[in-house]
Amino acid sequence: MKLIVSLFPHIHTKDSIPWRMWNVVIALIPALVMSIITFGWDALWVILISIGACLLTEWLITRFLFKEKKFTLLNGSALITGLLLGFNLPSILPWWMIIMGGVVAIGIAKMSFGGLGANIWNPALVGRVFLLLSFPAAMTTWPTGINSPFHQITTGASQAAADASSGATLLTYINNGNTDLSSYNLLDMAIGNMNGSLGEIGGFAIIGGFVWLLLTRVITWHIPVAVVGSAAFFSWVFGGAPILDIFAGGLLLGAVFMATDYVTSPMTHTGQIIYGIMIGFLTIIIRRFSAYPEGVSFAILLMNSFVPLINRYCRPSIFGMKERRKMAV
Amino acid sequence: MKEKVNYWKIFYNGIIPANPIFVLLLGMCATLGTTSSAYNGLMMGIATAAVLICSNVVISLIKNLVPDKVRIPAFIVIIASFVTVLQLVVNAWLPSLNASLGIFIPLIVVNCILLGRAEAFASRNGIFASFLDGLGSGIGFIFALVLLGATREILGTGKIFGAEIYPEDYGMLVFVLAPGAFIALGYLIAIVNRIRKTY
Repeated sequence: MKLIVSLFPHIHTKDSIPWRMWNVVIALIPALVMSIITFGWDALWVILISIGACLLTEWLITRFLFKEKKFTLLNGSALITGLLLGFNLPSILPWWMIIMGGVVAIGIAKMSFGGLGANIWNPALVGRVFLLLSFPAAMTTWPTGINSPFHQITTGASQAAADASSGATLLTYINNGNTDLSSYNLLDMAIGNMNGSLGEIGGFAIIGGFVWLLLTRVITWHIPVAVVGSAAFFSWVFGGAPILDIFAGGLLLGAVFMATDYVTSPMTHTGQIIYGIMIGFLTIIIRRFSAYPEGVSFAILLMNSFVPLINRYCRPSIFGMKERRKMAV
Repeated sequence: MKEKVNYWKIFYNGIIPANPIFVLLLGMCATLGTTSSAYNGLMMGIATAAVLICSNVVISLIKNLVPDKVRIPAFIVIIASFVTVLQLVVNAWLPSLNASLGIFIPLIVVNCILLGRAEAFASRNGIFASFLDGLGSGIGFIFALVLLGATREILGTGKIFGAEIYPEDYGMLVFVLAPGAFIALGYLIAIVNRIRKTY
């Protein structure tokens, strides 16, 4: 773990890796419930297979390659990787692709670099991007006829079915050159009545998770607010619809749960804000100007690569050593 | 007193102990760029090895004639001449290979292995030793490129040298693209070095 250790005296708290990780799991539950409601039991299967693949890979590698006797699965980090990877996949992905994604996430992105705390990139996102590049067709095929029960309460069943029967996501729709956004309404997007990967639907559920993480002080507000704010700003600059850009795709999920991964985000608050702003900027650039409809995962992985540089730039000055900063940069 | 030269050691050195790809990490551009299939890797390896052997021999021949200050330009000119010959030959006899390797054939000129062997070995040793050194390094390079190309082809498209092993639908396309080249190369280096240290 990258922790800022200041001078003594230190206070002992109940804070530990497992405590923080299990709080993240709790914060992910609303989004999980939302995805099961929208996509049915397929969603649960995807997530269970993904978690199973991640846990098994982690166990096999720690046991037989690292030859560690200690049982590390209960610290929850592999569980979160599996959960987040599942959230990044469409609900109708074939099971063997999910397993492949889990093996890549833990085996290549995490364990190759030395395990928890040593990875450069967010393991779940590496798994997702690996699958996206390997199986572009399967990873962008969404189930048709998505119709959330919440939506029927708010608008009536007949209209709901007409609204949400296409197999494309909003961002694919925009990427194909369509500019008419009147068929999408914001309430639908916030309550999960849209198509996409499991975890990227339902803005309210993710915001609920964010509030839980803030209350338990697992994360600070800096990264998510910087990501969302900068994405909204640049969306407005490039002539898009800022609110739609925030709720569409994986921006909220990425901002709250992926970009804030301790291992792969900057340590100081200044650094976190720079990092968040750049993620928002790159996301909008990729959404508007590249062939891919969605860019949150690429943006976060790109900025993960810059974290050591940001940490170096934002190094706090040591008491009594004012000149140090100039030398360091 | 003249020390006896161990020719076998010179030859063997380039294959495993100082393998250009897995140990020295030279010539990465061509390695990553051309190994999308085992066939391309093999052909690129053969092309580079041919230039390497020829340039090693010629540089060893002229090593006492070239002033020290201009030796690098002289080496480059020799290498570039052989690459031009090779490019014309490939263009004439294997136009399809020329199309698939594209810019990487002229880029053999700037491959570090060639200049590295010229500078480190051929400009200080006899003709036969230089020939063996070029042959050894060339075989090491071919070996590495074929291994990497085969790995990427099997994982990416389910084929090896064009022969199907499993249906292409199950292939991980990323291994044919650039990121897969880096991932596969990293793991191959790790595996080869592990084996090298064990035995």
